[in-house]
Amino acid sequence: MLPLLEVRNITKKFSGVTALNEVTLQLEPGKVTALIGENGAGKSTLLKIMSGIYMDYEGDILYKGQNTKFSKPKDAHDLGISIIHQELNLIPHLTVAQNIFLGRELVTKLGFLDRKGMIKKSKSLLEKLKLNVDPQALISSLKVGQQQVIEIAKALLTESEVLFMDEPTSAIGEGEVEVLFKIINQLREEGKAIVYISHKLDELFTLADNFVVLRDGNEVGNGSMKNISRDQLINMMAGREVKISKKAIRKTNEKQVLHVQNLELQNPENPQRPILRDINFSLYKGEVLGIYGLMGAGRTELSECLFGLHHKTLSGLIKLEDVECNFKNPIEAINAGMALVPEDRKSDGIVPGMSVAKNISLTVQNKIEKFGFLNAGLESKLYDKHVGALKIKVSSEEQLIKNLSGGNQQKVVLAKWIERNPTVLMLDEPTRGIDINAKNEIYELIARLSEKGISLIVISSEIPEILSVSDRILVMSEGRLTAEFSSDEATEHNIMQACIPETIN
Amino acid sequence: MLTLKKYSNIARFQSLIALFLMCLALALMTDNFMTTDNFWNVMRQISVNVCISVGMTLVILTAGIDLSVGSILAFCGAVTAGLLKYGIAIPEVNLFVGFTVFGVIVSGFVAGGALGFVNGYAITKFKVPPFVATLAMLTMARGFTMLWTKGHPITGLGESFGFLGTGWFLGIPMPVWVSGLVVIIAVVVTSKTRFGRYIYAIGGNENAARLSGIPINKIKIWVYVLAGVLAAVGGLLVTARLDSAQPNAGISYELDAIAAVVIGGTSLAGGRGTILGTVLGAVIIGVLNNGLVLLDVSPFWQQVIKGLVILLAVIIDKTNKRGE
Repeated sequence: MLPLLEVRNITKKFSGVTALNEVTLQLEPGKVTALIGENGAGKSTLLKIMSGIYMDYEGDILYKGQNTKFSKPKDAHDLGISIIHQELNLIPHLTVAQNIFLGRELVTKLGFLDRKGMIKKSKSLLEKLKLNVDPQALISSLKVGQQQVIEIAKALLTESEVLFMDEPTSAIGEGEVEVLFKIINQLREEGKAIVYISHKLDELFTLADNFVVLRDGNEVGNGSMKNISRDQLINMMAGREVKISKKAIRKTNEKQVLHVQNLELQNPENPQRPILRDINFSLYKGEVLGIYGLMGAGRTELSECLFGLHHKTLSGLIKLEDVECNFKNPIEAINAGMALVPEDRKSDGIVPGMSVAKNISLTVQNKIEKFGFLNAGLESKLYDKHVGALKIKVSSEEQLIKNLSGGNQQKVVLAKWIERNPTVLMLDEPTRGIDINAKNEIYELIARLSEKGISLIVISSEIPEILSVSDRILVMSEGRLTAEFSSDEATEHNIMQACIPETIN
Repeated sequence: MLTLKKYSNIARFQSLIALFLMCLALALMTDNFMTTDNFWNVMRQISVNVCISVGMTLVILTAGIDLSVGSILAFCGAVTAGLLKYGIAIPEVNLFVGFTVFGVIVSGFVAGGALGFVNGYAITKFKVPPFVATLAMLTMARGFTMLWTKGHPITGLGESFGFLGTGWFLGIPMPVWVSGLVVIIAVVVTSKTRFGRYIYAIGGNENAARLSGIPINKIKIWVYVLAGVLAAVGGLLVTARLDSAQPNAGISYELDAIAAVVIGGTSLAGGRGTILGTVLGAVIIGVLNNGLVLLDVSPFWQQVIKGLVILLAVIIDKTNKRGE
């Protein structure tokens, strides 16, 4: 059968780093194709190329056999290619019908909005999707699962032939998942081509006809879902030719520094599904504890809880050096000896318009004060010390941090916490968007800090990274800890096993 | 690289160059611009705006805005004048409290700080957007002023109080001494203290500042308190110069202050700007006002020209930033 959409030898690079390498994919009408891979394997990049969001790539896109080049997302949309993003893109204060028709409003002959027409069309779409809501209800009054269905309605409005669904079940409950699956099956019968991305392998086995596995931007396997087992899929996702240098195991008979018991973080938007639950673990002096989890597993929230954020929705016990802590804000956490290098460096880690020296001294203003006034000499000394020790590449202390490379920015963020000599240093995705040399330097730094007696928590969605820095590894999935491995037990395979959510039943 | 650096140096001084060119033109086109009398006249006129603008700079550096400074100025002027002239009398308990000049000045500052505190508290604890919170205070403080003065000016405040507005000390007018002192303190505070550094950090990236352990709310509240106190300083100068507290004083002064801050190169998005830039902005506005009067330009055109200058300054600033 002629594929509806075909991509041939797609290669995409981001400033020299290959995100996709010669990927080929065929989508046939009436088939659901599962797109599988770890975080960062290239799934989203591929989706964005196929839906016209990224325009500079090598390779060909064929739509119904015709070579096609999109110059904007609307081009793909007009051809009947729709994407349903992981995050909901709805406007809460507009009605269901207004959202469905956003940007494609029907107008009367006089040029006014055809409100009745749009409501009528919305009603028939919603009926088809078996969603019993009033088209004139506000989006904000709908449940998350219902909102997800509205997203699908938006995609169906334009008679899409090809539908991309990026983790559509990540935010919705089980009953709603069932409805969604019925809709997908119906769309399949109508001859649409569907690409379905999910980390939940069980879902893929119930839904998908074909699969494609991506790993590090390469296509490492494809075929029919019928002829493959869960284990084989996991092996394909994880298997890596490169040997990972595991770090030497440290004895863990050291003193317990941090103890977390029955931590639970409520989700105000969905009380039935807490963001974190039953979190129990300990951290020892000088230990590097790796926490692995897929996107949305709750790893970032866990670090935030330990840093005094989410104080109001958090319950459970946190003990730091045998003292019970109930941090109400980051200031209390920092004073108690906690430190956090956040996941999103640009929005949470640096003050972009400030100089490197000022960014370093931000956490230790008292150390650069003399008689109550900031002292430029002391600040320079602090700057020299860290630029030398961490090999930060910077032209002068006045240079603005936003003009540094990602790796050097991250080193500055690390420097401001190292200067405080914290008891527990949490690093959330410490090497995201950083080149390989800087990565290795940060790994060495982690080892050096742990030798100095600082306890570290390293959160990462890269298995090789977790394996090479950690003494002990915890795996998270859907807000729970699902496994614990010592450094010598851990393998890519068993980490992958533990992080894949089991749900739907 | 070298040329680029050279260019950015020129960019840094371009408002100074603009001011110089403006003065040169006025000197050639008018007879009385380049006189000592006119110089001190301009300086005295801008001193009120300088005080308010310094407070406004602090607020804008945190990515906020304060629309209430004009009304706070009027209220504090009225409180100062009222206490000086009438004191506090409570006949029921046979109590009368009289105030010295020093006492009324402190009372005015306290009143300004208190209203600023209300702004800061609403903005940090109740997450009211600064624009809305200070807009509400703009109305409320004007209402308090009317209540306090019953809608009539309070006049006849005495010579020692009037000295603050009209007097001279060591050949320099008193208002210039006051605003100069305010500027010097503000420069030191913004560039040499932890408080100043935190203001820039909060405006530069509030998330990063919070996660670095900076007490965001405390700093912001203090910034609005200071803006209120500096508005009170402005109110003191206005009242002393006129020997009268007008209930309608300070209307739309916040706009002149914002204009001075913006012309001075401070970003309304926060985190970028200097006190000296603002002072320069206030001087440019002052010289422009003075020059247009000397050139006998119609008041209607004066407003148009002032607006154009503000627009031009920001456009030039944006273009420079893009070049960086």
